[in-house]
Amino acid sequence: MRKLPQDFTLGDKNAGQKGALPIHESAIKHVTGQAVYIDDMPEWPNELHIATGKSTEAHADIVSINLDKVRAYPGVVDVIVQADIPGEVDVSPVLSGDLLLAGNFVHYIGQSIFAVAATSLRAAKQAVELAEIVYQVREATLLPQQSLARQEFVLPTHTIQSGDAPAAMKSAPRTIQSEMYIKGQEHFYLEGQISVAVPNEDGGVQVFASSQHPAEVQKLVARVLGLPVGQVLVETRRMGGGFGGKESQAAVLGCMAAVLAVRNRCPVKYRMPRQDDMVQTGKRHDFWNTYHVGFNEAGEILAAEYDMVGKCGCTADLSDGVVDRAMFHADNAYFLPNARISGYRGKTHTVSNTAFRGFGGPKGVILAENVIEEIACSVGKDALDIRKLNCYQAGKDTTPYGQKINDDVLPTLIEELELSSDYRARRKAIQTFNAQNRFVKKGLALTPVKFGISFTSKHLNQGGALVHVYTDGSVHINHGGTEMGQGLFTKVAQIVAKAFGIDYQRVNVSSTRTDKVPNASPTAASAGTDLNGMAALDAVNTIKDRLRDFAIEHYGIQPDDFVISDDLVRLGEESMSFPEFIKLAYMNRVSLSSTGFYKTPKIGYDRKAAKGRPFLYFANGAAVSEVIVDTFTGEYKVTQVDILHDVGDSINAELDIGQIEGAFVQGMGWLTSEELSWDEKGRITTNSPANYKIPTSADVPEKFTVKLFERANSEESIYRSKAVGEPPLMLGISVWCALKDACASVCDHQFSPPLAAPATPEAVYYAMQAARDYQEARL
Amino acid sequence: MKLLLNDELIEDNTLASDYTALRYLREKRGLMGTKEGCASGDCGACTLLVGALEEGELRYTTLNSCITPIQSLAGKHLVSVEYLSQQNALHPAQQAVVECHGSQCGFCTPGFVLSLASLYEERQSTQQSIDRESVCDAISGNLCRCTGYRPIIDAGLSMTQVEPDYVALLSQNHKVKQTLSELESSASLADDGSKSRNYVQPQNLAQLIAAKKACPDGVLIAGGTDLMLENTQRYHDFDDLIDLSQVTEMTTIQDDGQYLTLGASVTYADLETYCQDKYPHISGLLSRIASRQIRNRGTLGGNVANASPIADIPPLLLAFDADMQLLNVDGTTRTVSINDFYQGYKQTLLATDEWIVSFSVSLEKLAQCHRFYKVSKRMEDDISSVMLAARFAIEDDKITEVRLAFGGMAGTPIRAVNAEQALTQVSVNDEQALQRAIEKIRAELHPMSDVRASSRYRLDMACNLIRKAWLALNNQEAVTFSGHAVSDTLLITGNEETNHA
Repeated sequence: MRKLPQDFTLGDKNAGQKGALPIHESAIKHVTGQAVYIDDMPEWPNELHIATGKSTEAHADIVSINLDKVRAYPGVVDVIVQADIPGEVDVSPVLSGDLLLAGNFVHYIGQSIFAVAATSLRAAKQAVELAEIVYQVREATLLPQQSLARQEFVLPTHTIQSGDAPAAMKSAPRTIQSEMYIKGQEHFYLEGQISVAVPNEDGGVQVFASSQHPAEVQKLVARVLGLPVGQVLVETRRMGGGFGGKESQAAVLGCMAAVLAVRNRCPVKYRMPRQDDMVQTGKRHDFWNTYHVGFNEAGEILAAEYDMVGKCGCTADLSDGVVDRAMFHADNAYFLPNARISGYRGKTHTVSNTAFRGFGGPKGVILAENVIEEIACSVGKDALDIRKLNCYQAGKDTTPYGQKINDDVLPTLIEELELSSDYRARRKAIQTFNAQNRFVKKGLALTPVKFGISFTSKHLNQGGALVHVYTDGSVHINHGGTEMGQGLFTKVAQIVAKAFGIDYQRVNVSSTRTDKVPNASPTAASAGTDLNGMAALDAVNTIKDRLRDFAIEHYGIQPDDFVISDDLVRLGEESMSFPEFIKLAYMNRVSLSSTGFYKTPKIGYDRKAAKGRPFLYFANGAAVSEVIVDTFTGEYKVTQVDILHDVGDSINAELDIGQIEGAFVQGMGWLTSEELSWDEKGRITTNSPANYKIPTSADVPEKFTVKLFERANSEESIYRSKAVGEPPLMLGISVWCALKDACASVCDHQFSPPLAAPATPEAVYYAMQAARDYQEARL
Repeated sequence: MKLLLNDELIEDNTLASDYTALRYLREKRGLMGTKEGCASGDCGACTLLVGALEEGELRYTTLNSCITPIQSLAGKHLVSVEYLSQQNALHPAQQAVVECHGSQCGFCTPGFVLSLASLYEERQSTQQSIDRESVCDAISGNLCRCTGYRPIIDAGLSMTQVEPDYVALLSQNHKVKQTLSELESSASLADDGSKSRNYVQPQNLAQLIAAKKACPDGVLIAGGTDLMLENTQRYHDFDDLIDLSQVTEMTTIQDDGQYLTLGASVTYADLETYCQDKYPHISGLLSRIASRQIRNRGTLGGNVANASPIADIPPLLLAFDADMQLLNVDGTTRTVSINDFYQGYKQTLLATDEWIVSFSVSLEKLAQCHRFYKVSKRMEDDISSVMLAARFAIEDDKITEVRLAFGGMAGTPIRAVNAEQALTQVSVNDEQALQRAIEKIRAELHPMSDVRASSRYRLDMACNLIRKAWLALNNQEAVTFSGHAVSDTLLITGNEETNHA
């Protein structure tokens, strides 16, 4: 077999040398089918399978439940209702309200009312259909507009202000006042939600969870079982995709499996078939944003008043952070001298919405970019000029929440992309093309993103690691982060190898376990490498310090004489291999294992004052997208995408580019073909990949260029890299803006017609129709 | 039931009729590389290769194992990801995916690898090169949520260039060929279709009639791409299944000089290949139906008999006034017009114990100007919001006959007869007649709003698609996008080079 390239050098980004960087640690296991996901683990002969009985009403009291036929169904071993849960019934991640099983009240269609454990999933699924449940139906709130009108919120409203927005609005030469409804998004991780619980001999339980937050699964399993947290062990080797969907909502599966496993003294698997997953788990929030913006004749924004209502669903889940982040990103890359941004946590009788890559940020960014497109048409300029005019720069460097933008990455990056993508020439060519073609129209947009890095909940900004060195020189690393495909394990292994100065091949990664690194934060907020990489570095440094002390004592050398590099240990004049030296250290009773810890410095946000520094730094990027639209149908193709993205000093450019491309396409999907729909009863009608369409390979343009912006992080992040998981998702907004631009072309950009999000062919068709109507009225 | 699974000859007569290939691999064989992503044939994580002898040659295609009964694959060679890499040597498709960083979470990867391997097999054995369109076609039924596809497409494009660990093509494996031909002969000897089995695969109409007589309650299954959703999504257990996919008389395509006769068990893929050069508009439509994997299994008869108002084959057949040959279990046959077949929502003329044997379409009509337009949210593997099949017969610059058949506009596939009339016996370029036809459409069709489109959009599209067809008739072909990349010509000029049938 041809040897795969495994050498690596840090800081060798954009080198264009294919294979110069380590491949994903599981790549070969992925392509050969050997990578084990939870459903692939061998089953015990007595293993049971769970299905839940779901509410068919959005908001109702339960009058009666008859489960006799369910219990009698062949294969059914156990049936539980809320009263059978030995500990607490609440499995909320932060606040309260998320119940493992509903009691006498339901607040969304799909809510679990009872659970069945059967000898097969099929038997369990067939059995739950036999329940007889009588409801007393109540009126349901299904839209964020209704939540606001009825003042029904899951949490209090928060407002950020800077300057004097009402006064500035009054004196602004031009204003635009409008609204936009932005639909949510289904995660559609390819591996559905799953957990397996295996009881242990001490009354505790081990849970294998497909979760981005094993520590929280552990905590909640302990809570529902009424056990100390230490009696629960949670392990996550890998997820088949997470995207935020397995941050809080994976815990329900672990808890349900654990309750039934401990009750029945046998292993229990809870795997949600796709349709259950799409109905029963939360998604990206819909947002209803109303906006009032004042600007001058040049297109400079003077005042902004934004009201952003998130459709949180029936409980808080992580919505506080989601709505906050939407507010923190309503400026996107643009200076708002006078702003009032209010974020409402709308309560609806629908499944509780949750984290999704970007965590509210995209709902702020798209608002900002929509405003730019509309200002550009209003003042008759190219939208890029409006973007550059309003972009954070010297003298325009403070966000509405008071954090300073200390560098000029954004203007530089935008300028670079403008040139490298040939934006101006293409704009001209498109104008000519559109003038000459009636049946097809093109559109173009360059949109930036500035994304704040750090959890907005300060306490989560900590990471832990555990590093062992064995006597043969092999190194084992555990950390609190989870692997969901993003390459975190690969990056942390690279960091460990580099920090030691040893060959990457010596470093082994293994599953995330709550007994190795306790109390870990979720792998979320793009912070996986920042937090866990730093913690791993700390652990390595501790071991290295011990090795240095030993070398000084043993060889009588100076501290500077001790160097490990290129897999060799240099001891003044002498050198020896790493394994040899480690063996020697072991024989001399040096501790070869250490924990590591990191907490993000400098951050803090004063919620009362609505001012502070929620983020350590910002990750930036920009994309240019070009589209072509069929004016008969509104169907379109994305024909070219150029991206320039800021990952600081890249740790692994191949993995970073993978994150950028994947996030872009996911963001594009959110705003194009992926349309969540609900009926008037509150039932989700997009409950399967047959009616919910994520992009396929044919939706990705052949001309798709991604380059990394060459600049180190100005903050002291791990090897001066920057977080990359979420920010590029918002680059997909360039496709939406390009579609809006194509629609505006039919009225010579006199008016930027409202475009729904997602911009399905139907939405594009009617936006173009609106532009055409505007043009006809004008002439 | 006997089949070759990877390198093992399997015989198992204990399985439920509807037991899927995916479950068989995972639950009975411990082959966990094949994943369940959706259990509805929409994501491709369960993709397998299936090899069969075609005129003595081994040919491999892909299928969705999550909705394929394992017993339907009797006598075939089933290949899972575990077989692809041999003695730790990666298949070129695997090697390329690794080198291009084509996996992230990895859950969809085995399915992609098999789809790419199928393309590799096909192109290498016929010594054709691999281009971007062929890669996207091969993976059209594989969803990836992590990578954004670029590295996977690159892997597909580069897999013939990687230094291969081994070069042996699956289709050149003589041992497999021999095993399959042995299985074939033993099957045709043994299977008279009347055995008391829960899954029968009659080889001809006589066996089919016998099987149906022997088992009156047996449910007919062809590709199973819709029927099996009853099993995997609604958890219905089927008792006996009678498989139509191997009935010789139903799997042929015949051109007798006057009519083109299409067997009801002809798959979308068969027809797509057949029409490639002869009827490019038909193959163009077929490329928009479902995914590669589904097209390899789904049949014309299934699509028509299913009677879904959003199916794409019925409008096509309506546009050509196809005749349908029906066969009853008592041996009687009758011919009905597709125009009379649909009686109401999910209701057809088919009697109990009657099935479709074939469709025939007049070659004269096939030679006339025809166009198909499918509007959906996504280009690949999506169900139509609206679909139009249009045909125009022209004499002396006059339209003498028009067919405007729609999917998605009513409870059944439907012809807009009033609009057709408005365009009949008028000059081809009579724009006022077109306008009248459009007004008729607005009066005669009342589509509903659902998850795919609003009623208003459907109606507007019906009108605009007729305009498109009319423009095509007048040699002003308006651009229609497909799953394929937009051509440079179109990007520069705004026009596609047209390719009239």
